[in-house]
Amino acid sequence: MGVLVDETTRVMVQGITGKEGSFHARGCLAYGTNVVAGVTPGKGGTTFDEKVPVFNSVEEAVAETQANMSLIFVPPPFAPDAIAESADAGIPLIACITEGVPVQDMVKIYRYIQDKPTRLIGPNCPGLINPGAKCKIGIMPGAIHLPGRVGVLSRSGTLTYEAVGQLTALGLGQSSCVGIGGDPIIGTNFVDILRLFDADPETDAVVMIGEIGGTMEQDAAAFIKSDFSKPVAALVVGASAPPGKRMGHAGAIITGESARAEFKIAALRDSGAWIIPTPADIGTTAQEMLTSKGLVS
Amino acid sequence: MNIHEFQAKEVFSRYGIPVPKGIVATTPDEAKSATAELGGQSVVKAQIHAGGRGKSGGVQLVRSPEEASEVAQKMLGSSLVTPQTGPEGAPIERLLIEELADIKQELYVALTIDRGHRGPAMLVSTQGGMDIEEVASNNPEDIHTEPIDPLSGMMPFQTRRMVRQLGLDPSVASEAAKVLAGLYRVFVENDCSLVEINPLIITGDGRVMALDAKISLDDDSMFRHADLLEYRDISQEDPLESQASDLDIAYVNLDGDVGCLVNGAGLAMATLDVTNAAGAAPANFLDVGGGATPEKVSSAVKIILSDPKVKRVLINIFGGILRCDIAGEGIVLAYKETGSTTPLVVRMLGTNVAEGKEILGASGLPVVFVDTLTEAANAIKQLNS
Repeated sequence: MGVLVDETTRVMVQGITGKEGSFHARGCLAYGTNVVAGVTPGKGGTTFDEKVPVFNSVEEAVAETQANMSLIFVPPPFAPDAIAESADAGIPLIACITEGVPVQDMVKIYRYIQDKPTRLIGPNCPGLINPGAKCKIGIMPGAIHLPGRVGVLSRSGTLTYEAVGQLTALGLGQSSCVGIGGDPIIGTNFVDILRLFDADPETDAVVMIGEIGGTMEQDAAAFIKSDFSKPVAALVVGASAPPGKRMGHAGAIITGESARAEFKIAALRDSGAWIIPTPADIGTTAQEMLTSKGLVS
Repeated sequence: MNIHEFQAKEVFSRYGIPVPKGIVATTPDEAKSATAELGGQSVVKAQIHAGGRGKSGGVQLVRSPEEASEVAQKMLGSSLVTPQTGPEGAPIERLLIEELADIKQELYVALTIDRGHRGPAMLVSTQGGMDIEEVASNNPEDIHTEPIDPLSGMMPFQTRRMVRQLGLDPSVASEAAKVLAGLYRVFVENDCSLVEINPLIITGDGRVMALDAKISLDDDSMFRHADLLEYRDISQEDPLESQASDLDIAYVNLDGDVGCLVNGAGLAMATLDVTNAAGAAPANFLDVGGGATPEKVSSAVKIILSDPKVKRVLINIFGGILRCDIAGEGIVLAYKETGSTTPLVVRMLGTNVAEGKEILGASGLPVVFVDTLTEAANAIKQLNS
């Protein structure tokens, strides 16, 4: 189990012949992920690393290989087209790693995929991993993960690795880790993934990592309070950020009171979530939470 | 990227949005002749990339060309401190000299991306000329928000609805609707993240006019807007921030003395928070990115070392894509080239971490190695004492 991806996931990599795409496609293959196809317009008919057939279009790749997920490494000017092409072909799950997609392109693509049978993760995200199923679809270092029962959910890349590293060091394995992306407009938000973790029998508890910008953490807090049945440990980073400055992620910018870390933390505290005091305490807070709930001894 | 008011008004003019007659001046003499040309009176407006100019003396009414020259003399070359600039202010290198406007009514109009409905939204209010954040918190009912479907664009019925919401006189309704529609085109065709007119005025003789203009552009869209890149004014940017942005390094200057170098934006924010929690203050946010070379890491370290506030350095690399040996080489290179003796705490994890530590260990740099974030915070604290 775990969420969204497992042994049955057949991955197609859009942009597999590029520098980033080829490097990370190899990483996914090495972890054990079932990478069945690559797509690069103009490079159809070739084979990637003597293992993965490359196609000119998503349509052909799906027809030939029954790929059911797309992992996108296409540069920003072309990423919206790559997302739309996969959605048009009926791919149910897309993870777009690309950072730097113009926001106004994303608002159109978000609307475009609404009437398609597609869930988009990202863009500007590390992807997702299900360690128990040996399924890594993204750019995270696979070796730090440990199969287990904690769901990890984050807007960030390296900070997710930090969280996973701290959990694994304490022997707390992960059911699934999902990086939803650091852009202001992303396909899937905290609440969407919390819903999946709630329904997943292999997930006992969730570690959620938010940051400044937007109000997605408040939405998550409202959902946790009313509808989420499992314990959540939450961290919000960016308390030291000055207003109006983009802190790396396009979405991490304080544009009003509600975008500040303290407001998000207050909402999450009110929801009953365990608040992780500083980023150094992710693992220990999760451990305390699991122990108090009798989920680890 | 922010642009100046006079540049935003140039853009508005291209889209048929009326703006007051105005002339850019860079010397007191130019301010004087501009005022003469505008009929002997004008408004002298400091061109800086920050709001709150009016309350801070950056917008002044002058009654003669001579007075314009005197005001310009004082403003040009000085720094204007507003609630939005920080204590050092922003340098005034240009003035916009504008004709006086006959203001009958002041409105507020803005377009931005609304994360809630994941599309553009237009905001209109009859409370023009006010601080809109204040209106939003005290009288939120005075602001009407119109969500726009990005696929159909802003429809005429929506502009009509907003004109009704503003309670405008029928004699100016069609002119106002045209301005709103033009503003939406400005927003979309230039990939803006924000367009704001505060105030949009109705004049005594029934014209609609943008008295102020603010445009922020989406940095990620600049690859298709070479023309707008020419509007960049680096005098308005923090020198270290603009140096970093030219190297494609995400950097934000802060007030403390701990220079921070991290890979990944989330981990970089987390590193600042941990530093603060340990009672130390970060000097900067810096995300060196995933695919960095030794040269890029070295440039990033040099930016940190060139900041006179920095008394100690914290490096936090979670090696995934960025290999620790590459980071190590880059750090050593920067210290060698600058001859710096600033002590540093290094936390490295992941790919090629042993090689990275060996390179740093053999370099003779004043380095303390740590393994966890907690240890990093403690080590930074101890460097202080």
